[in-house]
Amino acid sequence: MVIDLDKCTGCGTCMVACMAENNVPFREDETDKRLSITWMKVYKLTNGKPYPDAEICYLPRPCQHCEGHHTGHSPCVSVCPATATDYDGETGIVSQIYTRCFGCRYCMGACPYHARYFNWWDPVWPGDMEKYLSPNVSPRMRGVVEKCSFCFHRYQLALEKAIMEGRDQLEEQEYQTSCTQACPAGAITFGDLNNPEHKVHQLAQPDPHHHGRPRNPEVFRLLERLHTNPKIYYLSTREWVRRAGDNYVKDESKSAHHE
Amino acid sequence: MKIDRRSFLAFSVGGAAGTALSPLPWKLTDDSSIWSQRWPWVPIPADGGIGHVRSTCTLCPGGCGITVRKIDDRPVKIEGQEGHPISQGGVCLLGTAGLQFLYGPSRVRTPLKRTGDRGQGRWTQISWEAALNETAEKLNTLRADGHPQGLACMAGTDHGTLPALLKRFMTVYGSPNFIGPASAKEAQEAALRAMAGVDGTVGFEVEKADFILSFGSGLLDGWGSPVRMFETFSNRQDRKTLVVQIDSRLSNTAAKSDRWVPINPGTEGNLALGIAHHIISESFYNTGFVDNFSGGFDSFKQKVLSDFSPAKVADITGVPADIISELALKFATAHRPLAICGRGRGNAPGALSETMAVLALNALVGNLNADGGIRMLPTPNYISWPDPEMDQIASEGITQPRMDGAGSEQYIYARSLPNRFFQQIEAGQSQVPEILLVTDTNPLFTLRDTKAVKAALDQVPFIVSFSSFMDETAQQADLILPDHIFLERFQDVSAPAGFTRPFIGLTRPVVAPQYNTRHLGDVIIALGGQLEGMIGKAFGWENYLACLKDTLGGKWEGMIEKGFWMDDHFAFPSWDTMFTTATGRFEFNGEKVAADPWNATAAAEGDSSTFPLILVPYDSIRLASGSIGNPPFMMKIVADTVLVKNDIFVQINPETAREYQLSDRQLAILTTPKGEVTVRIHLFEGIMPGLVAMPTGLGHTAFDDFLAGKGVNVNELIGPLEDAASGFDAAWGIRAKLAKA
Repeated sequence: MVIDLDKCTGCGTCMVACMAENNVPFREDETDKRLSITWMKVYKLTNGKPYPDAEICYLPRPCQHCEGHHTGHSPCVSVCPATATDYDGETGIVSQIYTRCFGCRYCMGACPYHARYFNWWDPVWPGDMEKYLSPNVSPRMRGVVEKCSFCFHRYQLALEKAIMEGRDQLEEQEYQTSCTQACPAGAITFGDLNNPEHKVHQLAQPDPHHHGRPRNPEVFRLLERLHTNPKIYYLSTREWVRRAGDNYVKDESKSAHHE
Repeated sequence: MKIDRRSFLAFSVGGAAGTALSPLPWKLTDDSSIWSQRWPWVPIPADGGIGHVRSTCTLCPGGCGITVRKIDDRPVKIEGQEGHPISQGGVCLLGTAGLQFLYGPSRVRTPLKRTGDRGQGRWTQISWEAALNETAEKLNTLRADGHPQGLACMAGTDHGTLPALLKRFMTVYGSPNFIGPASAKEAQEAALRAMAGVDGTVGFEVEKADFILSFGSGLLDGWGSPVRMFETFSNRQDRKTLVVQIDSRLSNTAAKSDRWVPINPGTEGNLALGIAHHIISESFYNTGFVDNFSGGFDSFKQKVLSDFSPAKVADITGVPADIISELALKFATAHRPLAICGRGRGNAPGALSETMAVLALNALVGNLNADGGIRMLPTPNYISWPDPEMDQIASEGITQPRMDGAGSEQYIYARSLPNRFFQQIEAGQSQVPEILLVTDTNPLFTLRDTKAVKAALDQVPFIVSFSSFMDETAQQADLILPDHIFLERFQDVSAPAGFTRPFIGLTRPVVAPQYNTRHLGDVIIALGGQLEGMIGKAFGWENYLACLKDTLGGKWEGMIEKGFWMDDHFAFPSWDTMFTTATGRFEFNGEKVAADPWNATAAAEGDSSTFPLILVPYDSIRLASGSIGNPPFMMKIVADTVLVKNDIFVQINPETAREYQLSDRQLAILTTPKGEVTVRIHLFEGIMPGLVAMPTGLGHTAFDDFLAGKGVNVNELIGPLEDAASGFDAAWGIRAKLAKA
């Protein structure tokens, strides 16, 4: 997935589209953001300069679907004692099996992106809202961790369709996540990073010899120096935004992450 | 057998090792998940066949196309509609969350009659027959008393068959008091009538413009048709279009624009005239247009040259003179320049002069009905019902003056003045309506000075609300006759905000009505039949659907198939025929504007010594601030710098915070001439020192527990200011002070 931060307006349609697609629960008070389940979360970045030189950039953060330095060594997968989360080498998706999770939350501690959320309460859909739940995604229960699945159910549906039609490869547009489809600014591009035909590959230009690090100088990944090898690439023409994607000591050279 | 220490240890270690090697621990972890997670109350959504229905969203005036995904009979998700002329497959967050309205706890599920005091929330459920009978009886009595003008009706929109039915009902009943909305859209329409003589809507052709000068319009904060604006904004690089945002705050629009020009709040109209000054004095204007097709240019020129010199405008607006000239140069020399107005989302109309100034700026560069410019669209004319027969009571009643004064000589260009309607009642200046019908609008939340609106409503003896939701105004009603929501009904959506082609969207039922509600159109037709006199005759349709089909005529089939009707090849008239003023020309000063339109901007209410700061409302796309409030999904994504628990945050510059010794997240008391509230402080470098910015859309007292009681409604703190030239609410802020709590 490549997210163009120059295009993202911070409207939050991706967040709502994700919740609507994936039966994400909600509560009366959602203002404590540590407890608020948002598989996709849009962060607001500022350049720290005073008025009127202040600038804002929004940064959507789904699960980064880290591959780690070798396949499957994602921060969360490597600590899960229940094999409730796994890395799929075929799709590159980090899965989460709710009924296998017993809620130890090691994965939440291990995830450097705060992309995982714990169900502290049983979900409640007020009024008749249970009627809008989608059968494609199982509602979660109290005591399990959940996170973005890259809309894996959409992959399954698309693959089933392709197989029925006698194909074993998906077309680029056949499998798109809910957030990608919903973004009214067209800021999100989704596809197969390993397929040179796909737009994501062309935008990010991942370097297979350096754990997928982007060769496009305007593209970065979050916390690149942790070598988590995430699958979300961010595009920004603004230097300060790209630097905000990692931790730097004050006088560090600007191109440090391309060491 | 004797157990010594050695055998005990051997047994323990052996047992532990054996257990660890066995599948038992793994089986136990798996089982513990199963035991602790299989609760019967966690729903298992029923599976079924997938279907899609195309419809039109009515949650805002944008008119976007939507596709509703269904599993058997259940709608499960709202998505965009590929190829839709307005939204081009896109959808916004409010539309996406639309199903939460369908099934939410704030829906009114059956007709309700008030039993307790107003606002106490005590209701009894009644049948539709009883509800209609009671309403008809009150209406018959009022009419029999020879006082039909005592009926008033407030509606959320002016366009389409539903408002047309309501207007027809009011006419044959004998009341002139149909009060529609007054937002930036209506201000643009008023300016169009005043300057061009055209009765229609204003379209902004953002897709083709190459230089967009936005006077505080929140193009990414909910202005116009939001999805269309998002799309145009994000692909503008491909078209090399530049956007300059003039804004007193680093709004999302300002943040994403190519350039942000900070300005003193409320002075956008002055800046437009300052830019006009430069364009005129440097002769950058389109002489072909100005010399041949405009009127009043000389006096406009004289006024602008004498009163709006760059130095003077710089002083008022805080925008340096060299930037004013630079903007003027860029605007005038751009290939397809476009100036846009309507502050923020455009909920408030603002002074007529502000809109006129921006329209004049567009006229100066000759972009009226040009590619990438302002498009003047005639009022959609598909609703052509025969004139109704009127009895004597109706004919007399209809000639009475309107309670809000709209359309009178003084406010000739305003169609409706909802703010003035309530202000006049509250101040005892106008007759109090005896029956008030309210549909698709929530004045008790959306109009400025909510206390005054409440005081006025308190005086109305009988209020009927047609709201689908228990909103603030519905809470004050005597009867609620709940309407279907947009997912359950047919409706035509015409003249979407800011769109540039004749367009009618079709809203259609995607699901059977979930509760004991009725279509407003059917209710009006039924009510007409129950009234005495000639009223029933005016509604010769069996039901609303028959009326809609009949009205759309030949367009109906295509609309059922495509979901909309659009006149692709609409020929915009050329400059020599497009103006229908008395002179047939574009009148720079307006034709019959009663007060001098170019008077200085409305000053914020309050004196600067008591109230040294200025409170400005700001719109955010994440907060619905119209008649309906945020659904739970949208409340979930409101930032914790906007709302924490029930505390609302106001944005102030760190410099202002230092001056008043306030720190980030601290509680403070915010006072304006209209009221006092407790807020939290959010330090924001993107706001001008001396300003306090408060989000709109919070502070609901009605709806459900997911929305009510959270934050403050900024309309409690700001009073309306009556614009002398139009009667519109010209307020853009109010003076304020902040102190530690």
